[in-house]
Amino acid sequence: MDLILFFEQGLNGLQFGLMLFLLAAGLTLVFGIMDMINLAHGSLYMIGAYLAALVLESTGSFLLAVGGALAGTAAIGMLLEVGILRRLYARDHLSQVLATFALLLIANEAMRILFGSQALALNPPEALSGPVELLPGFFYPAYRLLIIAVGLAVALLLYVLVAKTRVGMLVRAGASNREMALAMGVNVKALFTVVFGVGAALCALAGAMLGPLLAVEVGMGESILILAFVVIVIGGIGSIRGALAGALIVGVVDTLGRTLLPMSLRAVLSPAVASNLGPSLASILIYVLMAAVLFWRPQGLFPARG
Amino acid sequence: MTRFIASLAALLLSVGPLHAADKIKIGFLSTMSGPSAALGIDIRDGFALAMQQNGGTLGGLPAELVVGDDQQNADTGKQLIERLLKKDRVDFVTGIVFTNVMLAVAPAVFDAQTFLISANATPSQLSGAGCSPWFFSTSWQNDGTHEAAGKYISDKGYNSVVLIAPNYPAGKDALTGFKRFYKGAVLDEMYTKLGQLDYAAELAQLRAAKPQAVYIFLPGGMGVNFIKQYNAAGLNRSMVLVGPGFSADEDVIKAVGEPMAGMFNTAQWAHDLDNAQNKRFVADFRKQYGRTPTVYASQGYDAARLIDAAVREVKGKIEDKAALRKAFEAANFQSVRGEFKFNVNHVPIQNYYLRQVVKGADGKLTNKLVSTILTEHKDAYASACKMK
Repeated sequence: MDLILFFEQGLNGLQFGLMLFLLAAGLTLVFGIMDMINLAHGSLYMIGAYLAALVLESTGSFLLAVGGALAGTAAIGMLLEVGILRRLYARDHLSQVLATFALLLIANEAMRILFGSQALALNPPEALSGPVELLPGFFYPAYRLLIIAVGLAVALLLYVLVAKTRVGMLVRAGASNREMALAMGVNVKALFTVVFGVGAALCALAGAMLGPLLAVEVGMGESILILAFVVIVIGGIGSIRGALAGALIVGVVDTLGRTLLPMSLRAVLSPAVASNLGPSLASILIYVLMAAVLFWRPQGLFPARG
Repeated sequence: MTRFIASLAALLLSVGPLHAADKIKIGFLSTMSGPSAALGIDIRDGFALAMQQNGGTLGGLPAELVVGDDQQNADTGKQLIERLLKKDRVDFVTGIVFTNVMLAVAPAVFDAQTFLISANATPSQLSGAGCSPWFFSTSWQNDGTHEAAGKYISDKGYNSVVLIAPNYPAGKDALTGFKRFYKGAVLDEMYTKLGQLDYAAELAQLRAAKPQAVYIFLPGGMGVNFIKQYNAAGLNRSMVLVGPGFSADEDVIKAVGEPMAGMFNTAQWAHDLDNAQNKRFVADFRKQYGRTPTVYASQGYDAARLIDAAVREVKGKIEDKAALRKAFEAANFQSVRGEFKFNVNHVPIQNYYLRQVVKGADGKLTNKLVSTILTEHKDAYASACKMK
């Protein structure tokens, strides 16, 4: 086994993990601060990707596409919060799940009506469509490097925002003890709307960045939403730090697992059995991980409530 | 006694001779949403074109297409097939793209004694011991295209390959077929999740394995994404990518663009195959839909033409299933691939061709027929089929 393979898979894991982080960050804040389960979070990711594809098609600029997706989705997210979700905070989790599941179905059908059921094309900028030589003889896709850079920058920005600013302080206060924050006179209504808008913008960023790698299609939010929930369960609900750690762990475990498991199985089992067993085992690996975390640390790796 | 005779006469009258139907209903179940939507849409468009050329009839009878979208999901397919068979009471079922859907719905169609004309998926499970008198394929046995590719890669002298296919029955069929005709070393076989769109992990393994050639069985959106990411990772500089015809077809070329140039692929049909029926099909298809037909479209077209010929042969008496089956077996129609005949398992005996993506006369990338790889090829499962 060579080092290049490990290095490349490490980069792939990092890239995947950082994108998961963008989704999980918004989800964990909403869950942690507002105690609200939002199944429509994945729909915001889908809306972001569709907006990016739309802007890219009309302007031809990838930068504008990402910017448009961010602004548009943040606006939609805040409207959603003010118009609908605000009424659900006081309800129990079951009502929230039912209501946001309905929103998810509505969003899917709306996209199907507006854009049709075929996947939309969203291509990376021409300059980044090729590979970059990282080490002599080792090429890595330039676009994936961009995703890593954007992901790291956003992670840093969020850290500064949450750890060093006044808004961040209120967010942390809300996450660790909502009732106390309320009692201390925090304008919770406005805070919730802002947090929701930021969460939606992060979703849109993930959707716009991943669109060219995956496909812009109806239902793209659901598969990744499940992973985002796994991430916040592993990381600890309400904690940005936990979301980052959880996302990176899930990204790396999933990527490396898909390589190493079939390889190591082949060493001990016959090729036919190994090729049957490998992919199946690799795909459940992160759920095994989640179960292990729930068993030994039910509050997650970095719980927000101390 | 007179009453008995009277009622007997009434009974006989009510059974009567078999009447010709006054119209036929086609249940068209296919994948028409998501990244692989282009496949089902092409089959539907090919099928609809054949009906349109006939003025909306099949076999001289007005034909109605009842369309259902299985979303590439076996469970959805099962629900839809129940509706098509029991509520819509369709006379024929066709359109199915993916093998997982085919295997899930086929038993229900056979139980309903309805003919299932496959315009794509032809799994080994339905080609050998499990063959059915209700099943006909106007495409190719799931191994066929891949057998041709295996032979091509061997003949070309590449003696190390890595194979990639989704982890579902057709993926297993594909790689089995490939290995049946490929003589060199298989460095690695990767089975990915059906519908996977990010291939970063597989590409890293590919880079480490350093094969001379890569063979992919990744239909629809999976192939589009794989080829894009393969080129973005710079792997096209160190190895050769070969695929089945549908992974380098017009829809994929449109989605991927320039990096497709030069790619070799194998199929039982090509849009520049030289016969009169094909010329008419390609010209009409371009005129109707403004794009060049794919392998899928050609299979949909042939499915409609087969039904047309069989219904005509029994003069519209589609209730006479035995006669209809004989008419299907005779396959008395001009196929876009030239000669068309069924093997005992109702799978075509046909040629497989090598095609290459090149610049056409208009400067756009398109497929060009290069040579014939397998002639009058019979699939490996027919000998196990005891048609009842």
